[in-house]
Amino acid sequence: MPDPRNQRQQIENYITREEWFAARDALIALWQQQPSPATANFVIARFERLRERLPMTLCRLAILRSFTVEPLALLLRAGAFASGIDLTVQVGDFNAYPQEIFNPDSKLYRFSPDVVVLAIQTRDIAPELWHSFTSLSPDDVNAEVNRITASFNDWIEAFGKNSQAHLILHGLETPLFPAQGALDSQTAHSQATAIQTINRELQRLAGEHRGVYFLDYDAVVARFGRSRWHDERRWLTMRLPMTVDAFTELTGEWLRFLHPLTGRICKALVTDLDNTLWGGVIGEDGMEGIKLGAEYPGADFQSLQRAMLDLHRRGIILAVNSKNNEADALTAIETHPGMILRPAHFAALRINWQDKAQNLREIATELNIGLDAIAFIDDNPAECARARQELPEVTVIELPKDSKDYAATLRNCAVFERLTLSAEDRERGRHYAEQRQRAELQIGATSIEDFYRSLEQEVMIEPVTPMTLARTAQLTQKTNQFNLTTRRYSEQRIAEIAGNSEWRVYTASVKDRFGDHGLVGVMIAKAERNVWEIDAFLLSCRVIGRTVETALLSFLAEEARDNGARQLQGWFLPTKKNAPANSFYRDHAFQVIEETGDGKLYSVDLQLQQSQLACPEWIKLQVSAQTNKESLHLEQLTV
Amino acid sequence: MNSLLFERVRDIVADVFSLSPDQISTSSSPDNIEGWDSLQHLNVVLALEKEFDLQFSPEEIEQMLSVELIVDLIEEKLAAIPTI
Repeated sequence: MPDPRNQRQQIENYITREEWFAARDALIALWQQQPSPATANFVIARFERLRERLPMTLCRLAILRSFTVEPLALLLRAGAFASGIDLTVQVGDFNAYPQEIFNPDSKLYRFSPDVVVLAIQTRDIAPELWHSFTSLSPDDVNAEVNRITASFNDWIEAFGKNSQAHLILHGLETPLFPAQGALDSQTAHSQATAIQTINRELQRLAGEHRGVYFLDYDAVVARFGRSRWHDERRWLTMRLPMTVDAFTELTGEWLRFLHPLTGRICKALVTDLDNTLWGGVIGEDGMEGIKLGAEYPGADFQSLQRAMLDLHRRGIILAVNSKNNEADALTAIETHPGMILRPAHFAALRINWQDKAQNLREIATELNIGLDAIAFIDDNPAECARARQELPEVTVIELPKDSKDYAATLRNCAVFERLTLSAEDRERGRHYAEQRQRAELQIGATSIEDFYRSLEQEVMIEPVTPMTLARTAQLTQKTNQFNLTTRRYSEQRIAEIAGNSEWRVYTASVKDRFGDHGLVGVMIAKAERNVWEIDAFLLSCRVIGRTVETALLSFLAEEARDNGARQLQGWFLPTKKNAPANSFYRDHAFQVIEETGDGKLYSVDLQLQQSQLACPEWIKLQVSAQTNKESLHLEQLTV
Repeated sequence: MNSLLFERVRDIVADVFSLSPDQISTSSSPDNIEGWDSLQHLNVVLALEKEFDLQFSPEEIEQMLSVELIVDLIEEKLAAIPTI
């Protein structure tokens, strides 16, 4: 281990020389080696000098508590800085959370937090269950459980009225020794069960309220080791219930929530192969020689692959970046009986002898995501150092020496945490892998039309429904590239205009021979008697450049024409990111009729330009029978 | 006084108060270091516990009223740990 004194001097040198990323990486290394209250102060003070120079996400966190959290808040700030989150922390007064929550003008709300943690211990909120369980009758226990659950419900409701912040509820912990000893597990009248019932109710409440999340505090204590966690004397003298060694377990758990809540997350995991996905080197050891299977030592590598598969199912895209002969490595991935991951799980493959940093850049381009959305995992410290140096935006995960610790290292990475999962997220990993197979097909096709034909695309258009409302709003908020006006809409706003007879809101879903892309396009138009004006027209980057956009425009032109309109028009408002949509109207025979500093208004005569506005013959366009406005049950859309 | 031990304690106390080590002496205490209140005292205790892998009792914490007293206490506690 490097001498901390030299490390600190080195950090000062980096800062003096204005090598911001090197300073950041050295601070992260120091913090990982010594996550102590003393180091925390050093790390925070240095990051405070770097915060203007590094990409940091600001976040205001309030902690409502029944125990001493100030020393933990210090460690949390240091850990957050190391994760790229510049945290401002407010700590509430001891046991003052009900007042803080109910009073709309409290210190809590004046702080305008982004995230609030409600950290209450079992012994503070449920002293009867904690201290005197054996004196309670089953009815008493039920009454306590109901009283506590109802209190939490009241707090959640009041909080939601007063604040837009995310709320993280600590669950309650069970005692080290249940009051009834081993008997506790034999009886329905059980202390552990009573506490677990409260936790299940908290979990249910969190699920029913948007922006409320459940933190399984009991599981955090158990993971660390319940008997090592507690420091009863320090609790009695300083209201600090845990040992200093346990701090990072809890601050680490808080960070698992802060990463997804602040958007400091990675969308893709790029993995090395040799000594990462399997033990040994495929080019030297061969198929029979590499370690990969259900028994020692190959099981370590299967555990890591299983962790990656879990991430894949959480919507994280997987890709390979390896120095190898491509044929050797592909044979292993495709046919080795011990492999859990297969080619279909990987959205991009870079198996070659070029620089891995260059490969990472290419993978980012191919997947159409930023380098800051990529995590790279490798066992080789030199490759990790090279990636860090060349691509400071990439999150580099350096595997530990011993392969038994591989899977836990990956599962511990907070950049892959998600607190909600949409159907789209679940499918994402698969979508990208299918995309790669499509791209391979494109290389095989002789003309671009052949390629389009071979895709066997089906586009389904329908008016927005209560079922698709959330996804529609999400697409308007997230789509940057193929977006003609980049106007963002809330669910509320879309529901409003969809209920107005002058407006049309359509969604488009796309399928092809490789799979279902789901809902990927949105069109919003204002329908006046002679002129239809396109207010929003956007398509997810997953399906752009395959003439789906032409199919959508043809539908809109047809609808407008059928309703007696003569002109179809729309603005193109350029942004830094929507260049892919720049020539869209021009390519479809629209003319500029007005130009301002913000953009250009294009228009087309619907009678004259029928051929340029036709649906491409290789796309099967299906229009829902419900495009007729009258048949839509608009009252369902009221949010 | 064990000077090596003093330096380690000095560096930790300096860190907790965001001071440079040369601003800390054996006589540094809650009376002459700004901000050394009960909460910061807890941070000093926790930082020392982490650094030296020790635990201080409530009585010991009450006695840790200067850097010199802290160094003496840690020396005493470390000496009591049997070496293998």
